[in-house]
Amino acid sequence: MQKITDLNDIISQVRRDIVRMVHANNSGHPGGSLGCTEFLTALYFQVMNHNSEFKMDGIGEDLFFLSNGHISPVFYSVLARSGYFNIAELSTFRKLNSRLQGHPATHEGLEGVRIASGSLGQGLSVAIGAATTKKLNNDDSIVYTLHGDGELQEGQNWEAIMYAAGNKVDNLIATIDYNQKQIDGSIDEVLPMGDLKAKLKAFDWLVLEEKEGNNIKAVINILTTAKAATGKGKPVVIILHTEMGNGVDYMMGTHKWHGSAPNDEQLVEALAQNPETLGDY
Amino acid sequence: MELKDTRSGFGAGLTELGRTNPNVVALCADLTGSLKMDKFKDENPERFFQIGVAEANMIGIAAGMTIGGKIPFTGTFANFSTSRVYDQIRQSVAYSGKNVKICASHAGVTLGEDGATHQVLEDIGMMKMLPHMVVINTCDYNQTKAATIAIAEHEGPVYLRFGRPKVPNFTPADQKFEIGKALHLKKGTDVTIFATGHLVWESLKAAKTLAEAGVSAEIINIHTIKPLDNKAILDAVKKTKCVVTAEEHMLNGGLGDSIAQLLSRNTPTPLEMVGVDDTFGESGTPMQLLAKYGLDAKAIVAATKKAVARK
Repeated sequence: MQKITDLNDIISQVRRDIVRMVHANNSGHPGGSLGCTEFLTALYFQVMNHNSEFKMDGIGEDLFFLSNGHISPVFYSVLARSGYFNIAELSTFRKLNSRLQGHPATHEGLEGVRIASGSLGQGLSVAIGAATTKKLNNDDSIVYTLHGDGELQEGQNWEAIMYAAGNKVDNLIATIDYNQKQIDGSIDEVLPMGDLKAKLKAFDWLVLEEKEGNNIKAVINILTTAKAATGKGKPVVIILHTEMGNGVDYMMGTHKWHGSAPNDEQLVEALAQNPETLGDY
Repeated sequence: MELKDTRSGFGAGLTELGRTNPNVVALCADLTGSLKMDKFKDENPERFFQIGVAEANMIGIAAGMTIGGKIPFTGTFANFSTSRVYDQIRQSVAYSGKNVKICASHAGVTLGEDGATHQVLEDIGMMKMLPHMVVINTCDYNQTKAATIAIAEHEGPVYLRFGRPKVPNFTPADQKFEIGKALHLKKGTDVTIFATGHLVWESLKAAKTLAEAGVSAEIINIHTIKPLDNKAILDAVKKTKCVVTAEEHMLNGGLGDSIAQLLSRNTPTPLEMVGVDDTFGESGTPMQLLAKYGLDAKAIVAATKKAVARK
């Protein structure tokens, strides 16, 4: 068990990476990335059994699929900080000839990425496939995913949600980043989702909810609970309440930082709120 | 001549793979009988996945199943294998470089009575535009069976297109299928007809009529539209200096379009194209539809005469 203080050091550094990467290109998605920093840190530094000596087939290890690929900054930072590739490479994010594409891709062989994502709604199906292969291979590892809440507007998700329950894909833990915001505004303004918990229960998933999705201890606890709930005939989903832009005060409480980059002054302000702990890239 | 459907060739090939390759898995979107996947399912229930009428999910699951070493074969109608799920194939399979075999039956107008909603004529174009996608359109039962077995050995995404009706099974049962290798079916000196899918047989029929009219037509089966056998095509054209293409597909984006690109870049040659000209199909019997949409032997004869007259 990593000390919570150590994990908080990682979180502070990951937040710095996110805002610096996005600022350097004047493009990228800081809001959702910051909101999911605790989740990705918990997964890669605490919860998952994984090997940073990357092998695409991932046999005998837990897998993670990022369905909402636009939060690539947090994904790349956490992969680099957990040893998949050199942190210096974070400086190439979104630049020509980089392996760190705007949205995650596999074709340049970036360690840690097993599927391209960006066009929304595809990750859950892919994860079900990977989880099914694990069962065929008698590999009792777990497959984790992350999805945006706005992403659930894509119909393929509901095909996958129905399939996973109907076929008892119970080595799967999906997490929904429930920040209730998307590009054009709040979820309720764009397309009201209604009672998400009731919907997922009605589809016969085991539904967990965590109100403090930006509290590392709470995130580890809910993931631990979810892990204990696998292997019981139902797929598991966590509705994780998060704050878009968490950790940078002026990015919080609005959807406006979904896909906007901070300017020079705003960068200084964001970095002042998140001390350098492990060394900037 | 024995009549057999190409989809049964797919079913037979898949059954053989089930017995010989433990990594092959099959996924179907509620069309197991139509795709002739029953035997694989019966013999390998643990490796067969009924997805339901959810083709997007099927493509995604197939992409995910490759992670850990499986070789997924997806089966549904060609329309639902391509246009319905183009973005899923583009991102989760092609761009991600996944070893998925997209197996598509009931392609083209010969699907027949179900009509234009089901008669995809744009699939070759859509699939050949995707980087690294192999695109195959087989002509009979034996070739479809051989192709099904061969694509399991190819690492990377493949689109395998076949059809519904019973058609002559004329290629040798023991003919090895080599991806990207054109097959010479008949020698000729005046014109080369490059044909794919069901129109290969129609081209052979056309060659007989043409011979009676004094036209010597060479027939080459292009079962692999991508990668195209450029050398075989250019070598043939060097001799005959006149070309016809024939396919059960839209003119835009099909085999003829690929060959026209190749020839205009290398050796501009009189070329006529047999295919569907910017229109949707309709209900009817397969042969009625081939005739109405200008895809039968008669249409190939007419196109060939036109091409020869331009030499």
